[in-house]
Amino acid sequence: MKEVDARGLSCPEPIMLTAEALKITNGPIKVLVSEPYQRANVEKYAKDHGKKTTSTEKGSEFEIIIE
Amino acid sequence: MSLSDSKIKLGIAGIICGVVAVILAVTGNPGNMAICVACFIRDTAGALGMHQAAIVQYVRPEIIGIVLGAFLISVITKEYRSTAGSSPMIRFLLGMMIMIGSLLFLGCPLRMVIRMSAGDLNAYIALIGFIGGIITGSIALKKGFSLGRAHETNKTSGVILPFLLVGLLLLVLIGSPLLHSSQTGPGSMHAPIWIALIGGLVFGVFAQKSRMCFAGSIRDIYLMKNFDLFTVIAGVFFIMLIYNVVTGNFSFSFTGNPVAHSQHIWNILGMYIVGFAATLAGGCPLRQLVLAGQGSSDAAITVAGLFVGAAICHNLKLVSSSAAPATKGVTAVMGGPSIEGKVAAIVCVVVLFAIAFVGNKRKSN
Repeated sequence: MKEVDARGLSCPEPIMLTAEALKITNGPIKVLVSEPYQRANVEKYAKDHGKKTTSTEKGSEFEIIIE
Repeated sequence: MSLSDSKIKLGIAGIICGVVAVILAVTGNPGNMAICVACFIRDTAGALGMHQAAIVQYVRPEIIGIVLGAFLISVITKEYRSTAGSSPMIRFLLGMMIMIGSLLFLGCPLRMVIRMSAGDLNAYIALIGFIGGIITGSIALKKGFSLGRAHETNKTSGVILPFLLVGLLLLVLIGSPLLHSSQTGPGSMHAPIWIALIGGLVFGVFAQKSRMCFAGSIRDIYLMKNFDLFTVIAGVFFIMLIYNVVTGNFSFSFTGNPVAHSQHIWNILGMYIVGFAATLAGGCPLRQLVLAGQGSSDAAITVAGLFVGAAICHNLKLVSSSAAPATKGVTAVMGGPSIEGKVAAIVCVVVLFAIAFVGNKRKSN
């Protein structure tokens, strides 16, 4: 599974990296972010583009699977 | 509750912030400043004696309130994270340049929108520069610009700015003679402390929940055709527009606007610097205050850059002067930037291009 490590990056880098990953792969991708608002941003971006998301909290960080 | 999941909620958040701005303007703040982040950081820097411009010295409780509002809501909603380490000194420099650009135009992006809502055509001209700066910054982002990752750090690091501001608030509440306070000019015009503080708190809470960002709103439209953040700004603009129309303050004009000038090239360039630097820093001055409140030491360093930038602007005469009509015995003043301010603006643009396009590249995963 393609993984996007956007932990600690400033806006709008997590979304830009997610968008790039979604462009080059058809399969599910895993996005790692460290801030709750970044998780919300990535989830919303994925949903706006017709994708399903599943998020899990990993310590103080978040893992979002987009498929 | 999330506010960022629907445009209606985001619009309502913007409307609430707009109402706060109106209340502050009605209760004593300069009308077309209301809650200008750059102006109010500059006033607070003056109150602390960081500069000696006597007409712009006053601790603005709104600034304290915005940071504390964002801090409190992020702790309550478990969004608080103490982070640091994403190129802090570059961010400090970006903060300084945001202030230099803001004081060239005479206002941050929030004040630009407030001035637009009063029909100030100079602000519409400045918007061209602001959009240009954001597009330039966005191009850098597309080409891989990044200030690198922030990491979790000691919990105490993230609370230092909120605690410093609580200390400043205590000095205000006991009426400390250490603080400077303007007797005339914009610094002498202010809402009562409690209204200003509560207004700032409410603004900070809704700005945190809605992710309100003036640079981000245009950046997201340009990069992702996403109008979410723009909806929040539209809410603020809409309420301030109603206020200005109802109170008779609205008039499409280049002249007659308090604390403003009509040197178009420099208004454009000032807001170009602000838009460019804010995009590289990940947010406008308001967003930096909010991020600092929710634990980002990198944003707090940017805020420190805003304070130092304000002091330098006044101490080294980089700040623009306001236009003023002729009155009995006093000739009209055209207003605009000083020679020093013009040189500083050009230096800022060169430095911003260097930061954006030389060196600061995103590391691969």
